[in-house]
Amino acid sequence: MRSTLTNDPKTLKKRRLISSIVQNITFLAASASTIAVIIILATLINESISFFEKVNIFEYLTGTEWTILFEEKKFGILPLLNATLLSSFVALALAVPIGLAIAIYLGEYAGPKIKNVLKPIIELLAGIPTVVYGYFALYFVTPQFLRLFLPDIQINNVLAAGLMIGFLIIPIVASISEDAIRSVPLDLRLAAYAVGARKSEVVTKIVIPAALSGIFASIILAFGRAMGETMIVAIAAGFRPILSFDVRESMETMTGFIAQVATGDAPHGTIEYNSLFAVGLTLLLMTYPLNLIALRVLKKWAIKY
Amino acid sequence: MGHQVLAIRNRRKVILDIYMPIIYSIGLFIAILFIGSLLLYITVTGAHRLSWELLTNFPSSNPKQAGMLPAIYGTIWTVGISTLISLPIGIATAIYLNEYSGMEKLRSFLQINLNSLAGVPSVIFGVVGLGFLSYTLGLGRSILVGSIVLAFLTLPLVTVSSLEALKAVPDDLRLGGYALGATRWEIIKSIVLPRALPMMLTGSILATSRAIGEAAPILIISGLVFIREIPTSPLDRFTVMPLQLYNWISRPQVEFRELASAGIILLLLLLILLNAATIYLRYRLSKRR
Repeated sequence: MRSTLTNDPKTLKKRRLISSIVQNITFLAASASTIAVIIILATLINESISFFEKVNIFEYLTGTEWTILFEEKKFGILPLLNATLLSSFVALALAVPIGLAIAIYLGEYAGPKIKNVLKPIIELLAGIPTVVYGYFALYFVTPQFLRLFLPDIQINNVLAAGLMIGFLIIPIVASISEDAIRSVPLDLRLAAYAVGARKSEVVTKIVIPAALSGIFASIILAFGRAMGETMIVAIAAGFRPILSFDVRESMETMTGFIAQVATGDAPHGTIEYNSLFAVGLTLLLMTYPLNLIALRVLKKWAIKY
Repeated sequence: MGHQVLAIRNRRKVILDIYMPIIYSIGLFIAILFIGSLLLYITVTGAHRLSWELLTNFPSSNPKQAGMLPAIYGTIWTVGISTLISLPIGIATAIYLNEYSGMEKLRSFLQINLNSLAGVPSVIFGVVGLGFLSYTLGLGRSILVGSIVLAFLTLPLVTVSSLEALKAVPDDLRLGGYALGATRWEIIKSIVLPRALPMMLTGSILATSRAIGEAAPILIISGLVFIREIPTSPLDRFTVMPLQLYNWISRPQVEFRELASAGIILLLLLLILLNAATIYLRYRLSKRR
């Protein structure tokens, strides 16, 4: 500030000009993410159009065989879609109960000291690079743990990959649910205590129902994240595009297929190259609405309390 | 009689009160047990393969001599350039949204797009980077493309944490500035930013560690190439540390598996160091308030 704050009209004009120039620069920066979203959509749609010029879109959506890397090419997305959903459901089956339990414990029971220690450890789950999870699934979880209970499990399998994705998304479920639990107003709890409820009843009958929409949003967000995970499935689930519901088997997810094509070399302009964008667009069309729903629920809910 | 029933019910509730927190804490135990066994497994299988050669050698088909030097350089290049892109754009976006933008509608439109960007799976960033930046713009499968993709991948993280930092600056201070006749930019420059900067820093470190661990978009952009030279320009082809690890993991030999473990130890140490820095910063911040 100092001596710049004079009322001399000339410098005042200059100072205002600088401020509005900065405003315009920051507006440009703020538009960057919008431009990025447009480029992402335009690129995916544009390349997908060239894909669907060669492939019947109906066949793509309903076909049960995906043999794009073979001689005789078939383009049915269902095996990939099924594997994506299957691994994500396994992930949610692990992450929802554990994440919720963590959220309730940290939000309702843990003292501030314990919380300060435990929270960073839980956050660590989201910070570990996903190649590490894939590695752990392939060389430890499947051969040395899952094989004890499921002797005929394949080396690459959806179960281990799904479980690893589950651990990866625990922090999403835990932290958003905990926020939801902690913003349940004190009045509600006090009212319950006043009519003689005990702590465990307040938690299960008052706090959790009141926080339900926040918890729901956390699960939806985690689901979207699970479907988009790539490295874990590329390493641990394998590249076998089959339509099956047996999680002990090796399967290829949509992201796994994208990784497989990238690992080999798909020359620019081939159908394999175009398929990257079609599968990518399909994936985005599944995760994007989930994201929107979750954000809307969270926003509405923030207004409510 | 009725009195007795009530007493039993009450006792049940007391017992429930004791056991419920224990049941809830099982979640924590499972999570911690998992992290513990993961770290233990990596350490046991990889510690004996830690060596300077891992840092200074080039990749090789002989696991005894293989190192990750080009991958380390690739990570430094891409993460460095991506931070140079995402940090200024992220902070400027936050400044616009919190300090300048007057129109509620425009602001919520921009924010929706920011959230959409945060919801795009990272592998799609890779696919679009390859299609748009590498081929349409002709930048090739280069460090530059990897950096831009990582920058936009981490942009929402940088922006959101910067936004929180700006929101934490009390409005009184701004109003005091206006009372002295300062323009908006002068208030931002000399009052708001100095106070918000440490918290912005924590966010940017978190974004950096996210970028370091990202393998999927880089795999799409650079493929599984065998890099024999240290990259010297942003237009060179490249690989990064997690991708080099993926390469080793997908080989059948046990020696490469152990090498991957050793590489993972290095990568995790780097990330733990960065995380410790943010925890320390946060601690310093909470003390100052």
